[in-house]
Amino acid sequence: MAAVTADQTAQAGADRPEETDEALEAVFDAAVAADERIEPRDWMPDAYRASLVRQMAQHAHSEIIGMQPEANWISRAPSLRRKAILMAKVQDEAGHGLYLYSAAETLGTGREELLDKLHAGRQRYSSIFNYPTLTWADVGAIGWLVDGAAITNQVPLCRCSYGPYARAMVRICKEESFHQRQGYELLLALSRGTPAQHEMAQDAVNRWWWPSLMMFGPPDDASAHSAQSMAWKIKRHSNDELRQRFVDICVPQAEALGLTLPDPDIRWNEERGQHDFGAIDWKEFQEVLKGNGPCNEQRLGQRRRAHEEGAWVRDAAAAYAGKHTAPQAHAAPHATAGNGEATA
Amino acid sequence: MSSSTEWPLWEVFVRSRRGLSHTHAGSLHAPDAEMALRNARDLYTRRSEGVSIWVVPSVQVTASSPDEKDSFFEPAGDKPYRHPTFYEIPEGVKHL
Repeated sequence: MAAVTADQTAQAGADRPEETDEALEAVFDAAVAADERIEPRDWMPDAYRASLVRQMAQHAHSEIIGMQPEANWISRAPSLRRKAILMAKVQDEAGHGLYLYSAAETLGTGREELLDKLHAGRQRYSSIFNYPTLTWADVGAIGWLVDGAAITNQVPLCRCSYGPYARAMVRICKEESFHQRQGYELLLALSRGTPAQHEMAQDAVNRWWWPSLMMFGPPDDASAHSAQSMAWKIKRHSNDELRQRFVDICVPQAEALGLTLPDPDIRWNEERGQHDFGAIDWKEFQEVLKGNGPCNEQRLGQRRRAHEEGAWVRDAAAAYAGKHTAPQAHAAPHATAGNGEATA
Repeated sequence: MSSSTEWPLWEVFVRSRRGLSHTHAGSLHAPDAEMALRNARDLYTRRSEGVSIWVVPSVQVTASSPDEKDSFFEPAGDKPYRHPTFYEIPEGVKHL
């Protein structure tokens, strides 16, 4: 994303008598404490960089793997209107992946490396996409619940301490709200349709509800990265806090849909001013994470295949470019100082 | 993976409507300028966010280093008289 050219925000007052790591770290800490953004060429602790690469890569991978479960339904959409909407949504997911890969590259990790790690199973994507989309109603449930959970997670990321990530998230959140609304509208149409359609909508919600709650990650006391990420202001709210927010948002939305959430323990807790809800099956979450979900192999296999089958297109485009454009445009992308944000 | 090397990186600038300047929107990879323009259209103007796009090879951007910040921008730091608010004008004087 954004380049040093256009986008160099103020650094914390950089008195640097000696550029020792301690001094640099103090400048970094002060910038984070003052709610300033860290920009690509600022000094940052190695662990901060690594943590960002991990999170942003996982986020980018999730966007492009997330195209698969819904793309399966494009050719089966019940009307031209729904088909056009679904195509636009899936195209958006590709775009969101690209925004995030660009942002991740500003930390000095190249696009090919990120994709290689995804294909080799060395970087993850959100476990939610390892569940199958069995009926048309699943497209609605994904929009409402999965994108709804994603938005709940992502809105605070717009204020993430790392500038390029925050900027990518602003753009993504703007676009994401149509995803959620089209899903909700789709479910509403089914819920108010024939008894069979209503049942289909309810079944989809039943299957997607719990995996959507798992999208917020493990409970706070079991989350490996949470505390440090919050200290660095990469994350602004804990997993459990966001999960609770999501439940509170969804309960009245489900009522308006005329559908129920598959959790008999959901009830309003007057004292807390929030909804209580049932226990999440974290064993299932761990299993899916380990690769034992219903579609893990299928998703990664499809992703690898798409990449391999696209090789001739990339090669042809590169060959054509080699013939027709000035040679200087083909210098290695990470070679010089004036390299957009991609210079670490 | 393909044997080809990675496509170069391009910085994308979008003019959102006539009368405004091009603003940096982000970056993308593309094999050449023409493809960079097409990719930029698909990536950054899916909702009619622009009427004009520039793409610039990222390697062609020369940037000031953050390390230079203090000394590089220091000359402007002690010249408040370049701002109109520096000057005191009697109450009631208009159009100034």
